[in-house]
Formats: sequence, structure tokens, C-alpha cells
Amino acid sequence: MDQYVIGVIVSNVSGVLSRVSGMFTRRGFNIDCLTVGETESSGFSRITVAFHGDDDIKERILRQLQKLHDVREVEVMDKNETVIRELLLIKVRNKADVRQDIMTAVEIFRSKIVDYSPAALTCELTGETSKIDAFIELLKPYGIMEMCRTGIVAIERGENCLKTVK
Amino acid sequence: MKISGAKIVVETLIEQGCDTVFGYPGGQVIHLFDELYNARDRIKHILTAHEQGAAHAADGYARATGKVGVVIATSGPGATNLVTGIATAYLDSIPMVAVTGNVSCDLIGRDSFQEVDIVGITMPITKHNFIVKNIDELADTLRTAFKIAKSGRPGPVLVDIPKDVQTALCEHESNAQPVIPYPLNFASEEMLRRAADMINSAERPYIYFGGGVISGKASAQVIALAEKADAPMGCSLMGLSAVPSDHPRFLGMQGMHGHFASSAAEAEADLIIALGVRFSDRATGNNKRFAKNCSIIHIDIDGAELHKNIPATLAIRSDIKDSAERLAAMIEEKKHPEWEKRIAELRTEEQKRTESALKKAAARKSEVCLSPYDIIDTVSALAGDSIVVTDVGQHQMWTAQRYPLRKPRTFLSSGGLGTMGYGLGAAIGASAATGKRTVLFTGDGSFGMDLNELATAVSQSTPVLIVIMNNGVLGMVRQWQTLFFDRRYSHTTLERSTDFAKLAEAFGARGGHAESIEELEKLAEEALSYNGPFVIDCPVDRDEFVLPMLPPDGSVGNIITEVE
Repeated sequence: MDQYVIGVIVSNVSGVLSRVSGMFTRRGFNIDCLTVGETESSGFSRITVAFHGDDDIKERILRQLQKLHDVREVEVMDKNETVIRELLLIKVRNKADVRQDIMTAVEIFRSKIVDYSPAALTCELTGETSKIDAFIELLKPYGIMEMCRTGIVAIERGENCLKTVK
Repeated sequence: MKISGAKIVVETLIEQGCDTVFGYPGGQVIHLFDELYNARDRIKHILTAHEQGAAHAADGYARATGKVGVVIATSGPGATNLVTGIATAYLDSIPMVAVTGNVSCDLIGRDSFQEVDIVGITMPITKHNFIVKNIDELADTLRTAFKIAKSGRPGPVLVDIPKDVQTALCEHESNAQPVIPYPLNFASEEMLRRAADMINSAERPYIYFGGGVISGKASAQVIALAEKADAPMGCSLMGLSAVPSDHPRFLGMQGMHGHFASSAAEAEADLIIALGVRFSDRATGNNKRFAKNCSIIHIDIDGAELHKNIPATLAIRSDIKDSAERLAAMIEEKKHPEWEKRIAELRTEEQKRTESALKKAAARKSEVCLSPYDIIDTVSALAGDSIVVTDVGQHQMWTAQRYPLRKPRTFLSSGGLGTMGYGLGAAIGASAATGKRTVLFTGDGSFGMDLNELATAVSQSTPVLIVIMNNGVLGMVRQWQTLFFDRRYSHTTLERSTDFAKLAEAFGARGGHAESIEELEKLAEEALSYNGPFVIDCPVDRDEFVLPMLPPDGSVGNIITEVE
């Protein structure tokens, strides 16, 4: 089972996220993560969905998405030609004996400390999923208090764009 | 001049060519109904006994004509009562627009009286749905709803309109014409060339067609293709009536309760040409074993159906009429004498098996009961070009197997959803749409779910002959219990003593009991000249089986054609 990342341009209307995510639920397709946000034109939003499946499942998902009235464009992102990023915010215990180790990890991963208090420190990290996973693994022994990650966004390299309907 | 949202709805329905709507009033559509009252000489409203009946009536209207059926209901329970009717239309790709009222925008989300999120509820059972919160968008949203409903693969669309949008005022201009559907997809020359090559080199081609042939108006083209390719044809339940039942190349419905010859021919074919079908499990049996050693050309207007249930060798997204016509022009005129001989053998085999099964059933059945096929034969001989409607269960399958159908859109039945209680509403809608007589075959189980619509049929003087195959059991489930559950008849024996003839009379309809074929004949003749609903109650033995039966998840090798 491979992981696929698809970019979906949808009309920016109420209920569109339910329609897209509902299609996955109703037809029994599992989503790894889903993000949605604004695009360069106000009438459209962009949804990035990642899921695991075989080629047949991928094709079925594409065809079902293309059928939805509010969906304008669907594209499977070629991972070799795509910039994929995710944002992590993670809060760990701020203890004197491990503080330096955490700082080192932050530096090596090019993370940033965005909040600091006597009991906790919060790091921000952007990167591909594997980098985020590795960073979390590294911080685990120091006591993760809380974390959240955005799920991925993806954009094709070069001049090619997932065209929106103007 | 500014007019109200309610008036815009009515004007837009009329603009879209809607002459009849089915519905039920209520608090959040009272303004809409007030405008229907104003427009009563331009658009007819048929009040049903229950919103579900109204939804099925809109569905029957659409199936009988191909036009978009329209149903109107109030918020809350009015809207939720439509759900089964909308889902029925969705599964069978029937064009429908459901208009619901809702509480005013400022009351939405507060669990107000009779408020439900009908857009959320119907999202998975509509092609698309809308809630209109801005009156400026009302007319165009309704137009888009019609456009979506009738474009490509048709289906239901729901438009939810809060009460304050119905009462708000807005400038409105009617369009001169109904909306035009989105453009269809047509097969490329190259794809059809590949399909033609496959057909030319096939030795045992078989055409499996479905409801897409009816909605795509492609009957003549599919028959011409079958003639030129020298291929036998079978169909899904939804395909029935697309091709005349007595067409020499037609083997009948295939699948779980289909004809032996069509299921067997499909299993022996080296090429299946699938037109306007979705390879439902009821038509294919086990999808892993289905057509294992055989190529498949699948043509459908809905790209999402391609490779969905059964992977095709060649899948083409296209309008059926166009592609069947072009394909017929491309292929060579063929003769497959061996295959033809084999088909003739299968037909003979089917006849033998049917006769044997009928003999066994006759020996088994109680003397006071009528044979289902005899009932259908008697009624069909008298009913001429009536539209045939069924409910769901054994009677539905017997009718699908046996009733001679001549023209498209004359057989209305809930295929995909299998909705018991579909029939009477649909019959009322079909009669209202065409002015024709309808014959409804139902069972005592199904009829229990829609008999309230007798009241509507009486109020509309609907010429509908209702034939109840009354066996005192939920026969289809009982059949499964007999065959697969060791005769443990859990809750399928009805133990009721409803007198359906008296019940009909109590509703203001007419009715009678047919205890012999002669009595049935006499009653049917009377019913067919009566301008209103007429119920004929026919006793059927509780251990009649629908045969053949391809067991669930089975294949033609384990088809059951008789039961001791």
C-alpha cells in the first residue's frame, strides 16, 4: 500500500469540506490527513488529502471526487515533483537536566522555540512528514506534554499549477 | 417588480417545465403553498398521505416520462420523510428535485421546532444539495438543481429553503427556456475502434445492459448493435423495458433472480459488452468469480462506475446512444452459429427447468392459492399498454421475470435500494404524468408500507389496478430462511387478518378477492375499466419460491432452479 497525496480545488462554498470528507467516509476510504485553506483566488479553496491504498483505490477516489459538483480540479501529486510540508507545534517539559539536549535537537532539526516558560517549552517545526516524525521520536524521552500537527500541504515544483477555474 | 421567494420557487418550477408537483404542506412551506394556490391553473399539486409517498410519486413521474420529478415538503419530519424516496431515486439514477422548507436563517442551528439539517442528512443520497440563505441566489440555485438532476447520469437534488428566504422580496425575471443539461461525454474514435476490434474477434459476445439504456434513450441503438454483432442480450432489473421482452435476442433479466439463460450465457461468453450498468452485486453474484475468463467492454456515462465493481478490459465513459450507434457502424456483420446454437440450448434448458420447478410448486401449493405466474399472465393479457409498477419482494421478481414489456419506461421498480412501500406512490406519479393506467403488483408485506396512499389514489381518481400477491408472509425473507436458515421463520409470518377488499372500500376505492383465475380475470376486467384505484387480493402459497436463485455471493454454477 502506497501513500498518495492529492490536491483538490473546490468551490469555496459552505459544506464543501463535508462533501469531500463525507465521500471518503461513505465509501470506506481512510484518510491519513486532510488540510484545507485559501487559494490565490477567493472563490476557491484547496484541499490536500493523503491516504494509503493501492492503485485501484486511488483511481476510485479520484473518480468519485471528480463527480462532486463543488470539486473543480483533482490531481495526484507526484511525490518526486512536489514540495510537501507539514507544521508541528510541540510542547515538552522544561527540565534543567535535559534543556541542553532539547536545544541541540531544535538546532539540528532547524526547529524554533516559540514559547518558553519555567515548566515548558514549545517548539515549531516545518518539514516533510518523515522529518516531523523523527523530531517527535527524539523529543519523546524528554516528556511530550502536548502536540499538534497541521497535516500536509503540497505544491508542485516548477511552473506547473493545479489550475483553478477562473 | 419585486416578488417573494415563495413565488420565485413556483415561477421557476413552471419555467423549468414542471406541470405537476407532489407534496405535503407544513409550517415552513406555508408561503410556498400559498403561491401554489395562486398558480393552481398553471401547476398541479398532488397532495399525498405521507411525504414518502410524495417522493415516490415524483420518482414514478420521472421514471414514466424521463422528466424531472418534483416533490415539496416542510422542514423537520416532512423533510426526513422524503429520505427513503430520495435514496430510492439516487440508487436508480432518477432525476428529481426535492424542495424543502426550513426554519428561518436566524433559527437554524438552535434545534428550533421542526428543524433538521436535511442538507447534511441527504448529502450521501443526492447528486448535490443546497441550502439557499440569500434570496438573490434562489432562482439560479433552483435552475442549477434541475440542471444537475437531468445531466449525465440523472439523480436527485435537494434544495432547502429557509422560511425567511421564502418571504423575502427580490427582483425576478423568468427564463424563456428550461435549463440545458451539461454536455455529455462521448467516446473517442480510438476507444470505439478498440471496442470494435474486441467485438469483431469475439466468438461468444453477450450484451449486458441496464437502466442507462433507458435514461440514455438508446434502445434502438443497442438492439441494432446486438443484431450486427450477433449477440444475445440480458439486462439488470433497471434495464427491463428498454428492449421488448419478446425480442428474439433478449434472454431476460440476469442475476440473483434472473433468467437461467441470460445468467448462463453471460458466464459462458468470451466478451461481455456492458452498457449503462454498474455491475450491481444482485446482477453479477460474486464479483471475484464474475466473468473470470472473459473480456469486458464497459460503457457508461458516469466515469465513477468504470472499474468500480468489476474491472473492465476496456472502459469507456460515454453516452450510450452515441457510442452504441457508432460502434454498430464500425463492427463487421457477424454470425456465430456455434454460439447461437448454445444459446438455443440454454433457452431449452431454461424452459425445462422452469417447467419442472412450476410442476413442483403446483404440487406443493395449497389448492386455494393461485400461482404467481398465472396471476401475472392473466393480468398482462388484459392490461394492454398499462405502466407496470412493483413494490419489493417476491412479487417484484416474479413480475420482472414474467411480465411482457414492450416499451421503455413501462416498468417501474425500486432496484438499487429495494424499497418496500415504493409502489403505490410511484404508480400515482406515473399515472399523473402520463394519464395512463398503471398496474401495481405488490405483496401483503409491501402493501402494508404504502397502503395509506390509497387515499391519494382515491382523491386523484388514479386508474391503478393493485394486485396483491397475498401469502401472509414476508416471502422473500422467508425464502432465504427456508434455504439458508434451516426454516427458522423468525418474524416473517404476518399473522394478520387484513381484509384488503374491505380496506380498499373503506378508503373509497374498490376491491375484491380472487380465489380462482376466472375470478381474477373478471375482477381485472372490471378494474381495468374503472377510473380509480381497484385492489384485487390474490391468495398465494407461502412456500412459493422465486426461482431461479443465484445464492448471494454465488455464481451460475450454484444456481438453484428448483426446490423440493
